[in-house]
Amino acid sequence: MSMRSIAVVGASLAGLHAARALRDQGFGGTLTIIGAEPHRPYDRPPLSKEFLAGRIGQDDLALEPEGEDLDAEWLLGVPATGLDTGRDGHRDKHSVLLADGTRVSADGVVIATGAAAATLPGNAASGGTAGVHTLRSVDDALALRAELLPGRRLVVIGAGFIGAEVASTARELGLDVTIVETAPAPFARALGPEMGAVLGSMHEDRGVRVLCGSAVQALIGTGPDGGRVDGVLLGDGRRLPADVVLVGIGARPAVGWLEGSGVALGEGPARDGVPADGVLCDAGGATNVPGVVAVGDCAAWFDPSLGRHHRVEHWTGAVQRPTAAAATLLSGGTAATPPPAPPYLWSDQYGMRIQFAGHTRPGDTVTVEQGDVAERSFLAVYRREDRPVAVLGVDQVRQFTRWRRTLSTVSTG
Amino acid sequence: MIPACPLAALPRGEAFRLDTVEPPIAIFHTDDGELYAIDDTCTHQDASLADGWLEGCEVECPLHASRFDLRTGKVDALPAKLPVRTHGVVVEDDTIYVVPSDLPPNLPPGARAKTA
Ligand SMILES: Cc1cc2nc3c(=O)[nH]c(=O)nc-3n(C[C@H](O)[C@H](O)[C@H](O)COP(=O)(O)OP(=O)(O)OC[C@H]3O[C@@H](n4cnc5c(N)ncnc54)[C@H](O)[C@@H]3O)c2cc1C
Ligand code: FES
Repeated sequence: MSMRSIAVVGASLAGLHAARALRDQGFGGTLTIIGAEPHRPYDRPPLSKEFLAGRIGQDDLALEPEGEDLDAEWLLGVPATGLDTGRDGHRDKHSVLLADGTRVSADGVVIATGAAAATLPGNAASGGTAGVHTLRSVDDALALRAELLPGRRLVVIGAGFIGAEVASTARELGLDVTIVETAPAPFARALGPEMGAVLGSMHEDRGVRVLCGSAVQALIGTGPDGGRVDGVLLGDGRRLPADVVLVGIGARPAVGWLEGSGVALGEGPARDGVPADGVLCDAGGATNVPGVVAVGDCAAWFDPSLGRHHRVEHWTGAVQRPTAAAATLLSGGTAATPPPAPPYLWSDQYGMRIQFAGHTRPGDTVTVEQGDVAERSFLAVYRREDRPVAVLGVDQVRQFTRWRRTLSTVSTG
Repeated sequence: MIPACPLAALPRGEAFRLDTVEPPIAIFHTDDGELYAIDDTCTHQDASLADGWLEGCEVECPLHASRFDLRTGKVDALPAKLPVRTHGVVVEDDTIYVVPSDLPPNLPPGARAKTA
């Protein structure tokens, strides 16, 4: 079926890149871009870094260069609430249902709704108590920034990258910071226990307390209905005083609106630290429904080198994969799929540049190949049966660039 | 003219970061033997292009992979939106010198605030 109209759902990094890729690849039909946020597409990585620190402003986050015109209709500020995959009646058209009752019909649909910050379960729930934050959107960042005042006590729940970056920015702004992590080692999910511990000690260097193996039992508020947060109660009975709490315990794919649509969703939970929830796609981004592809943080593409689906929550994946997904959509699934590049992420903490590429899982060996851990400038290579599968760099950008290239040429399964 | 480094210290395929000037300048020695100088700081965010991947007459930013043409400073694709400045390069007595551009630099937003 030829594509005369395409709806992109999710107006952020992956959605914008999908729209661009469709136009670049010659799609001349009607293009509609639907986004829940009222904002034009903006970049999220600075939200925990330069933007949170106040070094750059909201205009600096814009993802669209001046004068870019994709000849698209933008429907912003209205979330999609459902996808009708054209099974009943109108066979060949899909329609996206919006919260305001609008129905957008299209031959093709790109799902790019990203992920939402996970919140604490049950009685330790976040949101109800003032001073408790998550960080995903620019509005979240503005709210958090207003509370990061010198001398305040910040507790970061979860030793992941976003929590670590907020901890780093908050130290820079003069707060007292504690990171609490349930797992026995910090950052272990992404980096493995050994290098995770190294990163943890880099926080301790700056006076941040890193408490591992500590589950959060409850947030303590000042009033009967929660009021303002003033402490965090740990499972072992310890009580950490807190003026501000950041819940940084990961993100969940924003796919609730697809329930009942017939688009296959993964069951979750992570295997070997690899999340497989989200929209299940083949190696070219196609879902099980013809004419529907998915990209970015919401999508779990099949990774042939791993032999399974793998949801990647990094910027570079959200930028690169839309090219393949657009080709899949426009060709009706016959386009050749490029071999996947190893996932890559960067993070800035305390002025140090941290970069990681590849896949690691428990049992990999790690060796430092350049620099020195004690100097906080090193390059570490992860190997499985002597094969390099991942590389970590801390202030070793040049060496990292070379190693990352080597990784892309070997299978990283 | 600013002395950068001895020619022998910059083999083909390598880059040198001249950070005694503000903003720093990156000098590249291509595989074809040409020497080029551009602003070292990417125009997107704070990354050093001397740490990037040199291929032909282009360098790929090590952070988000925008590619800059060493001859013109032009960027091929987003996320960087603006070109880098190019500078003159002179070799005299086996030493590399840079002749800095007198145009204003296109520094990334964060870095702009830092130097201001
Ligand atoms: C604070 C922070 C720091 C980060 N730092 C880094 C970093 O240093 N390095 C790195 O590699 N990655 C980083 N990331 C991850 C990176 O930003 C994401 O991988 C990227 O944003 C994914 O893009 P996306 O378009 O898939 O999803 P998102 O950016 O999440 O965008 C999805 C969009 O869809 C919208 N949406 C959701 N549901 C609906 C609906 N039902 N209808 C319509 N619209 C909907 C959302 O509102 C959102 O605008 C960071 C993320 C955050 C939050
Ligand atoms: S810092 Fe160079 S492309 Fe982003």
